Amino acid sequence: MIDTVARAVATPDQPQPYAELGLNDEEYARIRAILGRRPTSAELAIYSVMWSEHCSYKSSRRHLKQFGDKAPASDALLVGMGENAGVVDVGGGYAVTFKIESHNHPSYVEPHQGAATGVGGIVRDILAMGARPVAVMDALRFGAADAPDTSRVLPGVVEGISAYGNCLGLPNIGGEVAFDPTYAGNPLVNALCVGVMRHEDIQRAAAPGPGNKVVLFGGPTGPDGIGGASVLASATFDDTSAAKRPSVQVGDPFMEKLLIECCMELYAAGLVVGVQDLGAAGVSCATTELAAAGTGGMRVVLDDVPLRDHRLTPEEILMSESQERMMAVVAPGDVDAFLAVCARWDVPATVLGDVDDGGRLVMTWRGETVVDIPPRTAADEGPLYDRPYARPADLDAIRADDPAALARPSGGAALRAEVLRVLADPSIADKSWVTAQYDRYVLGDTVLAMPDDAGVLRIGGGPRGVALATDGNGRYTRLDPYDGARLALAEAYRNVAAAGARPLAVTNCLNFGSPEDPGVMWQFERAVTGLADGCQALGVPVTGGNVSFYNQTGETPIHPTPVIGVLGVLDDVARRTAIGFTGDGDELWLLGTTRDELGGSAWASVVHGHLGGRPPAVDLDAERALAEVLIAAASGGLLTAAHDLSDGGLAVALAESCLRGGHGCRVGLADPFTGLFSESAARAVVAVAPADAAAFAGLCRTNGVPAARVGAVGGDALTVDGAFDIPLEELRAAHTGALPALFG
Amino acid sequence: MTAPAARIGIVTFPGSLDDRDAARAVSLAGAEPVSLWHADRDLRGVDAVILPGGFSYGDYLRCGAIARFSPVMSELVPAARAGLPVLGICNGFQVLCESHLLPGALTRNASLHFVCRDQRLRIEQPATAWTNGYTPGQEVVIPLKSGEGRYVADAETLAGLESRGGVVARYVGGAPNGAANDIAGISNEAGNVVGLMPHPEHAADPLTGPTTDGLAFFTSVLALSTATA
Repeated sequence: MIDTVARAVATPDQPQPYAELGLNDEEYARIRAILGRRPTSAELAIYSVMWSEHCSYKSSRRHLKQFGDKAPASDALLVGMGENAGVVDVGGGYAVTFKIESHNHPSYVEPHQGAATGVGGIVRDILAMGARPVAVMDALRFGAADAPDTSRVLPGVVEGISAYGNCLGLPNIGGEVAFDPTYAGNPLVNALCVGVMRHEDIQRAAAPGPGNKVVLFGGPTGPDGIGGASVLASATFDDTSAAKRPSVQVGDPFMEKLLIECCMELYAAGLVVGVQDLGAAGVSCATTELAAAGTGGMRVVLDDVPLRDHRLTPEEILMSESQERMMAVVAPGDVDAFLAVCARWDVPATVLGDVDDGGRLVMTWRGETVVDIPPRTAADEGPLYDRPYARPADLDAIRADDPAALARPSGGAALRAEVLRVLADPSIADKSWVTAQYDRYVLGDTVLAMPDDAGVLRIGGGPRGVALATDGNGRYTRLDPYDGARLALAEAYRNVAAAGARPLAVTNCLNFGSPEDPGVMWQFERAVTGLADGCQALGVPVTGGNVSFYNQTGETPIHPTPVIGVLGVLDDVARRTAIGFTGDGDELWLLGTTRDELGGSAWASVVHGHLGGRPPAVDLDAERALAEVLIAAASGGLLTAAHDLSDGGLAVALAESCLRGGHGCRVGLADPFTGLFSESAARAVVAVAPADAAAFAGLCRTNGVPAARVGAVGGDALTVDGAFDIPLEELRAAHTGALPALFG
Repeated sequence: MTAPAARIGIVTFPGSLDDRDAARAVSLAGAEPVSLWHADRDLRGVDAVILPGGFSYGDYLRCGAIARFSPVMSELVPAARAGLPVLGICNGFQVLCESHLLPGALTRNASLHFVCRDQRLRIEQPATAWTNGYTPGQEVVIPLKSGEGRYVADAETLAGLESRGGVVARYVGGAPNGAANDIAGISNEAGNVVGLMPHPEHAADPLTGPTTDGLAFFTSVLALSTATA
């Protein structure tokens, strides 16, 4: 029997499975108060998904407000937070939109499809802004590299990203792969997409204009990701419709590729008034958000939704997370032209209803009204919680466990062995096993890609370009969430500057445990505050992002892991700086101040399995000054290579630059151990041709950046005077052998 | 008197990905790229055709197996048999094999993984429409990026290819995908139809490619069309 509005009015006391759908007693009572009756099961489906943590940000919104309140003044921001993705002016009439989003839980359940649809989802967010998607990146974190389950999760995730992204024709230009036992039951799969458009092409997710048509286009709707809806079906319907449903969506990258080309043609022809992608919460989300942001009302005939499985109920249609779907608002006179473009690209498209100004979202099924709600109450006026938070009880003990007590190598041979050990650690080691499965060339505008510090793309045919980097460090954030978030921001900012680009804007993916745990909520509040303060200090606004809570196994949360993406711009992309050492005789300069800072470091973790003390000190003025030097030196053509210093310190940076460029180097360090392994922030190593050294040193002085000539490029070994030398072949074997040995 | 620029058609199938890149390489080579649409039975009078890389129709069936039935192919196959220069890159190579313009087939990489790398190749046969700008035995570095790039053919076909000089390019240092005889590219007997697994269009611009070694594929066909004009 269909649960119509009339029936809901007639049967006010019928029990409803709201708790199984994740709504608490107060939330259910609030829905009844809004509607003045019990919700129909279709309405309950809509509210349950729209008021979920994932869609409503009910635990995080109060804190995320800081990103707006503390946003630095920026002329570059064309569209801020709240839309599908922020939009940044990169000059010359071009705008860039970018965003990072998590797909953690699905990627644990079904690694291939979970990761693939993570790419698909973020690409549609970018597409919905009016931009052509031009590249993707992935920040991945797994359990211990040698844990049996990691050999299930990692290859599946990488294959999913590879299969979906490659088939979509988007270059994969960077990201991260890291391992830590904290992520064993909770891998982090954070996917970033960047898109480019002209300023005038920005699209909005709104449904204005009574009489305009609502069109659903893309793949058909099937029973994907509707585990929750089966609860409704079994409660309201006979059991036959409550068949086992997959809880993870299945991707069709070919359809998404067609959607991209189809949307580009629709936008160019001016056939779209408003557009929204269908992601989590599918039709529920698209209809309520478009209506809420538009004239306020919409009428939809649910029977007209094209189905892959004709047995789907209205509740299942509303909750389905089938991929590769978009919803557009189209002027009545443009509908035929709109459908013709879709037909040319073999994209199914169906008119589902109309925009009106009645202030209600009304849906019918088999001629009867099954939904009649004020759309804003689902889209914008969800619950808001101020969850209690408290400093975790174990934090003082962890911070007191200072790495100064750890045994340090005595003598050159022991130091040499530890350098090789750190280089071969799976989190530090060469990631070609992963990145060789991604197409980095397609679209023909990739100027730099992993393992360089940032992905760099030419845009608009050049000379302009953009650079992107993502960074996060769960160990630092565990020790100090406020500084950990600022360090992640500073590292991404530094990476973009090391590539020669001026940082402009920030996106973030905040991966945390359960918000119902006061200790986790404290970590979250501290990290958000740190990120907002850091963005203010560095003058780069947050343009959007995503929160992923409930990343925990049983009672044990993951290390708090904010992953920060920074976008920068280059006036002339040919002036970008790569990490590889290329010229024998080039001078090596170390920029910044090196202190004895090993709390949360790769060395402490790899050599001693230690996590304690404090993370490196944060000095954002020093980061800004360093960035100025790196950007000015790049645009002045003074650098032959630059590499930021982060995990594993100078030891790892030198090794990577040597291996990337195929040239050795010789350095002299006053204290080789601290010099090689300290992770002091605001540092980089650069290579400078001798003829440019004086100009470069002057630039550092002008900007107040400490700079020391520590050695030179040359030879076929990494040599540290008075300590050791490691032939490049041995270095390469250690660095490149780790992942193939683990994953085949 | 300056001859008008040669016009080189680039076919876009649903799911073609490197079509714009092929067009860019054609422009860099000094010719005029002309878009050809899969659903049109029309080659628009072009002097040569490139079938670009990608995943035509999603390649959910055998790679290239659906594309071969598209309307544009019904024009292209007879034109190629009549001597029109045709270059199939990656997915285009797969389409040429499925269309029987070239022998053999491309199958899943031996590693079962997609492979993206800067690949060293040896040009074995400069006497084709697309390789006459190279010298015999010349080594080049061109990106390879494919999941189903392993060239296979029966022993008789392979022997025939080898004896008639039909192998155009070979992987140096072993095939990264398990291809028979390290074959990276082949041609038909007339030398006007060439299939190549690596992507020369991604080695045409020094800013974005590892080298510019691929550009000569595109200038070769121009030299030919000038010479025969």
